[in-house]
Amino acid sequence: MTAPAQPLTLAAQAGTGGTLLWAVLPYVSLAVFVLGHIWRYRYDKFGWTTRSSQLYERRLLRIGSPLFHFGILVVLLGHIGGLVIPKGWTEAVGVSEHTYHIGAVVLGTTAGVATLGGLAILIYRRRTVGPVFSATTRNDKAMYVSLTLTIALGLSATVAANVVGGGYDYRETISPWFRSLFYLQPDPDLMTGVPVLFQLHAASALLLFAAWPFTRLVHMLTAPLGYLTRPYIVYRSRDTRLGSRPPRRGWERVG
Amino acid sequence: MPRGEATIGRVMAQMAMVMNLDKCIGCHTCSVTCKQAWTNRTGVEYVWFNNVETRPGQGYPRRYEDQEKWRGGWELNKRGNLTLKAGGRFKKLITIFSNPVLPSLDDYYEPWTYDYETLTNAPLQEHTPVARPKSLITGKDMKIAWSANWDDDLGGSVDHGDKDVLLNQVSEKVKFEFEQTFMFYLPRICEHCLNPSCAASCPSGAIYKREEDGIVLVDQDRCRGWRMCVTGCPYKKVYFNHRTGKAEKCTFCFPRVEVGLPTVCSETCVGRLRYLGLVLYDADRVLEAASTPDDTDLYEAQRQVFLDPHDPAVVRAAEKAGIPRDWIEAAQRSPVHALINTYKVALPLHPEYRTLPMVWYIPPLSPVVDAVRDTGEDAEDHRNLFAAVESLRIPVDYLAQLFTAGDPVPVDAVLRRLAAMRAYMRDINLGREPDASIPAAVGMGEEQMYDMYRLLALAKYDERYVIPPAHAEQAHKLEELATECSLDYEGGPGMGGSGPFGESSGGSAPIAVENFHVLRDRQTADTPAAPTDKATRVNLLSWDGKGSPSGLFPDRPSDGSEADGKAEPKP
Repeated sequence: MTAPAQPLTLAAQAGTGGTLLWAVLPYVSLAVFVLGHIWRYRYDKFGWTTRSSQLYERRLLRIGSPLFHFGILVVLLGHIGGLVIPKGWTEAVGVSEHTYHIGAVVLGTTAGVATLGGLAILIYRRRTVGPVFSATTRNDKAMYVSLTLTIALGLSATVAANVVGGGYDYRETISPWFRSLFYLQPDPDLMTGVPVLFQLHAASALLLFAAWPFTRLVHMLTAPLGYLTRPYIVYRSRDTRLGSRPPRRGWERVG
Repeated sequence: MPRGEATIGRVMAQMAMVMNLDKCIGCHTCSVTCKQAWTNRTGVEYVWFNNVETRPGQGYPRRYEDQEKWRGGWELNKRGNLTLKAGGRFKKLITIFSNPVLPSLDDYYEPWTYDYETLTNAPLQEHTPVARPKSLITGKDMKIAWSANWDDDLGGSVDHGDKDVLLNQVSEKVKFEFEQTFMFYLPRICEHCLNPSCAASCPSGAIYKREEDGIVLVDQDRCRGWRMCVTGCPYKKVYFNHRTGKAEKCTFCFPRVEVGLPTVCSETCVGRLRYLGLVLYDADRVLEAASTPDDTDLYEAQRQVFLDPHDPAVVRAAEKAGIPRDWIEAAQRSPVHALINTYKVALPLHPEYRTLPMVWYIPPLSPVVDAVRDTGEDAEDHRNLFAAVESLRIPVDYLAQLFTAGDPVPVDAVLRRLAAMRAYMRDINLGREPDASIPAAVGMGEEQMYDMYRLLALAKYDERYVIPPAHAEQAHKLEELATECSLDYEGGPGMGGSGPFGESSGGSAPIAVENFHVLRDRQTADTPAAPTDKATRVNLLSWDGKGSPSGLFPDRPSDGSEADGKAEPKP
C-alpha cells in the first residue's frame, strides 16, 4: 500500500510528475490490483468475505447498505459509459454531447449523492454502534478513508465542473487517457490540463485500486452472479486428492 | 418395498439420525459437549449446533418455526413448483446488501461471560466481590435476559408457553391449566436434509451435500458471508460467525463419522436416545417428493424416497451407483432405517418445510402415560393407553404439528405402537404369558415387537450406531488417519497464529494440525492459560532424562549472587 505511493513522492522530486503520475502509477496500480488479488486468493481464501455486521445492527444497515451499494453500481456503470465507450460511438448512435452531458450529470450526481449518503450512514453506524466499531480493524479504517476520499472527490469534481461551472467534457481528455493505458501507449499529456479535482479523483482512485486486494473490498470480485445459473443443490465428493498436499514429482500413485 | 429395478434411479447413501424423545431427560449434555467440540470459539459464542428445547416453548432462536416471519424452507408456487420461500435467485441477489429476514442477535441471545478476575483481584472490602456478567459482543456490563434455553422446563407455563408457534395452530384452545400441561424435550441438530434449502439459498455455492454420506457442509474457503443460508434454513441451524464473517453449521461430526465413531452429541448422550445409521434413497425422486401438493402427505412421500436395502434390486442398483458393499450391509443393519421404515415409529421434524429432513424423532408417549397415571388408572395397560391416545387431543395435535404437518393419524399410529410395546413387554417382564393380541392390534408380530423393544429399550452401543467407516482404500484421504504426514501441506507446520488481515485470515489448518498444536501447547503448558514465566519452566513429562533443559535445575552459584538468591528454597 505504501509502494504505489512512492512514485508520487518521487514524482514531486523528479519533476517528471506527469509521466510518473499518469503513466507509471496506473500500471503499478493495475499490477498490484491484479497480482494482489491472485496472491490474496491463493493465500487467504478464508479471509475473502464481506465480513457482514448485520448480526450486530440492522436498522441503519437496511437503509445505508443498499443505498451505498446500488449507488456505487450505478456509478460503476457510469464510469464504464464515460471512460470506456469513446465519444465517437455515442455520437454515431445519435446521442449528442448535450444529451449525454445532461444524462451523465443527472444520473452521476444522483448516484453519487446516494452513494455518499449511504456511505455516510454506514460510517456513522460503524462509529456509533459499539459492536460494529469494535469489529472494525485498522485496515478497515484506512479503506474507509481511501474510499470516501475517492468518492467525495469524484462527486465534487462532477458538481464543481458540470453543475456549478460551465461543464467539462472529460471525454476529450480523461477517457482517451484511460483507454490509452490499455492500448499500452499511455498518453500522460492528455491529463495535464484536466481540472485539479478530476486529477485528484483519478489519482486517489489509482491508490485505492492498489490497496483494493488487501482490504475487505475484495468481496466485489466474487459477486455471486453464478447463482443465477447454477443448480440449487450442490453435490460434492469428498476431496479426491490423496493426503493433504499434492504428491511430489515422481511419487504420484498409479491405479 | 414393491418396486421394480427399472424404477430405481440414482441410489445415494445418507448418514441419518433418529432420536427417541421419550428418553430425553433434558440434561443438555449433548449441547455442552457439542459446544466444547465445535463452537467454543470467538464469533460463535451464541451458536449451538446442538440445542435442546422444552416443548411447548419458543425454541432457539426464538419462534424460529414462524415461517411467515422468517421465510425459511421451500413452498409450492401457484403452478405447483418448488420455490424458496424467501424468494428466488433474483430476489436473493437484489436483497443481498441487507438481508431483510436475518434473525438478529436478540432473536438468539447476547452471549456473555463473567468477570471472574474481580473475585481474585478485588481488594479487601466489606462486601463480597461479585463476578458481573460481561457481554461477549460489546465487552460491557450487561443484564442477562435470554439464552439458548432460557425457557427450559417452563413448557406450558403461561409466561412462555403461549409464545409457542405451534400452539397457535393447534385447533383446540389450550388453556394452561395444570391438569392440561404436558412437556417434553426436543434436541435439535442440523437436519442434513435431502433437499437442503440452505444450500439452495447460498449465492456462492459454498454449501454442499457430500455425495458419499449426504452430510451438508459449508466450504469455509468459498463462503463469502452473504448470509442467505441463515434465512434459507427453516430450522435456523446455519449460523453466522460474526468474527470470521462466514456461515457455520453442524458438521455431523464428519471427522468422527468418517472413521466409524458416532457424533459427539450421540456418544455423550446420557439417555442413549440417539441412533445413527445409513439410509439408501433414490436421489431422482427427491424433487418429486418435496413437491408433494398436500403438506400432510409429505411424511409418506419422504418415506417412499427411501429404498429397502434388503431388496436385491436395490442392492444391485446401489452397487451400480458405486456404493461399497460394506456400506450396503451397514444400510441393511441400520437402526435408522428400521425405526423409520420397518417399525414406522420415527417421524420427520416439520416435513412441511419440504426440505426432506434426515434427523427423525420418535414422538414421546410420556405425556399420554402421565395423563393416564394422573387419573389413577393403570398406565401400563394397552387398553387404557389406546383410549388415552384417542382422547388426549392436545398432546397428539401438538405432536402432529411438529412431526406430520398437523395430521394426527401417523402420530396416533406411532403412539399406539409404543403403547403396545409397553403393555406387551410388561407381561414378559412380570413372567406372565405374553399376549399376542397386543402387537396384533397395532399390526405387528410378536417377534417384531420384541426386536423393536430391543432396539428402543436395550439399545446396545453397536446396535444404536451402525456407522461404516469411510473407505479403507480411501483412508489416506482422511485427515484424521494421517497415514501421510499431516504436517506436510502448504504453509507447513510452522502454522499457527493468524494471517496479516486479522485472526480470520490465512489458510485454514487441517484438523490434524490443529490437534497437534493444541496437544503440544497443552503438554508444554502448566496452566490452562499461557503463564508469563513459561520460558523458565520445564514439563517433566516431556523430559526424556537426557540433557538439562533450562529451568530444570537452579542456576549455578558461579552465575552470580542474584541468581543464587533466587534459586534458594524458601523456608
